[in-house]
Amino acid sequence: MKANSNLEKILERGEFAVTGELGPPKGNDVEVIKKKAQFLKGNVDAVNITDNQTAVVRMSSIAASKLLLDLGVEPVMQMVVRDRNRIAIQSDILGATALGLKNMLCLSGDHQTFGNQPDAKNVFDIDSIQLIGLVKRLRDEKKMLNLEDEIEGDVGIFIGAAANPFAEPFGFRPLRLRKKVAAGVNFIQTQCIYDMKIFKEFMKAVCDMGLDQKVHILAGVTPLKSAGMTKYMANNVPGIIIPEELVKRMAGVAKEKAAEEGIKICVEQIQELREIKGVHGIHLMAIEWESRVPEIVSQAKLLPRPVV
Amino acid sequence: MIVGDRKPIEEIKEMLAPYKKILLVGCGTCISVCMTGGEKEVGILASELRMISELEKKDWEISETTIQRQCEREYIEPLKEQFEKADVVMSMACGVGIQYMAEVFPEKIVLPAVNTTFYGTNVKEGEWQERCAGCGDCVLDKTLGICPVARCSKGLYNGPCGGTDNGKCEVNKDLDCAWYLIYNRMKEHGKLDMLDEIIPARSWKTSLHGGPRKRVREDAQK
Repeated sequence: MKANSNLEKILERGEFAVTGELGPPKGNDVEVIKKKAQFLKGNVDAVNITDNQTAVVRMSSIAASKLLLDLGVEPVMQMVVRDRNRIAIQSDILGATALGLKNMLCLSGDHQTFGNQPDAKNVFDIDSIQLIGLVKRLRDEKKMLNLEDEIEGDVGIFIGAAANPFAEPFGFRPLRLRKKVAAGVNFIQTQCIYDMKIFKEFMKAVCDMGLDQKVHILAGVTPLKSAGMTKYMANNVPGIIIPEELVKRMAGVAKEKAAEEGIKICVEQIQELREIKGVHGIHLMAIEWESRVPEIVSQAKLLPRPVV
Repeated sequence: MIVGDRKPIEEIKEMLAPYKKILLVGCGTCISVCMTGGEKEVGILASELRMISELEKKDWEISETTIQRQCEREYIEPLKEQFEKADVVMSMACGVGIQYMAEVFPEKIVLPAVNTTFYGTNVKEGEWQERCAGCGDCVLDKTLGICPVARCSKGLYNGPCGGTDNGKCEVNKDLDCAWYLIYNRMKEHGKLDMLDEIIPARSWKTSLHGGPRKRVREDAQK
């Protein structure tokens, strides 16, 4: 065991894992986290806490992760290299693990020009793959980057990273995953999947390289809320591909039935993803829709969550 | 070449407001080639300023000259007399030229007429693109001639982020994804195995992050 986190134990036992996602508030109101957490508790094995996602300033990922932990839900602390240099990164990891956080997702981070501080200077001192290596070194060798003396304490972290099978060049994506595995990643959460054909091709390439034996892959899903959202995501969100038939299916139902249809699609997707070789779980990103998580996991027959 | 854009006329007007005798100095090298601050552009700015002076009764006396390079003392020194006659000098060179003229003639204020933007090239008529970040530790051998520092919006060393869209960067649809280009070039050269090499965290000491840089070659010193 690397960190003995709930997520790690479930995956290592060969159970089909479920992770959720919680965006911290654009403020410091703890109630927002409590409210969202109640829908996630007991329905997922761990919850990603985003790190200023889409470069919009929110409560810090480490603080929100600790709040969640205190509510009895295991967090996956996300960390982007956009806002921190190697000094801040290592310091934050030491602090986060001291607070009891055990899962971490290593990311580059959305570019700051998308967010609410578009005039910010970015950092990108290291990239996400270098971050994976840095965390592994801290954990396995107890050494900071480029230093030989051992640190005090244990940095027990189950190391995660993202993969996007839907961003070009497609041919590079399995190779990039292999690179993340070589850097030392333990689990992968993918971008939300709507195009099963592309995802299956990606997973085949991944399995052909034997990567499914070395890393746990959690397939990303996001329920579609409405026809408008579907169309917007299909046309405007880089790195997301939504097949025309899904856009049509969402457009084909009455407005008040759209949410139900979106959840139905999501459940069908989960069932299909479960059958794909190398998929060890799902990462359910119900963005600002945490309240629907219980019914999605219930309908997908993912309850009760295993207690390990 | 070093590429720059001329500052907006409003900003230039504001800078020049306290002065009367203004010397505009163009530069005949990079900034001239990128059509921003050469002899022609100095002429255009001088005419604009003369018109403004007349319309707004500013009483400016504008004189103009262009030298071969504002980054070399031997080209700047002959301007001594013109500098002495002016209340202020406005340079149309890059940031190097602007500063170096002020260093050669420290008794004069030298104002910038140009925003220096990047080291780049003229890829087609009327379009310049950034190519080098001057980071002091070139990795173009590992990326087959396409720089991830200057051309990837996140400066990633180990492949593209998840935001590549039809080969374009998520930051700007007019911008090629550098890693998309790198991947394709590696593929064309049958060198995709190069992608497996994890480039470790680099030292930024060679870049501006190590403090302002200086190069000394003792063999070239007298």
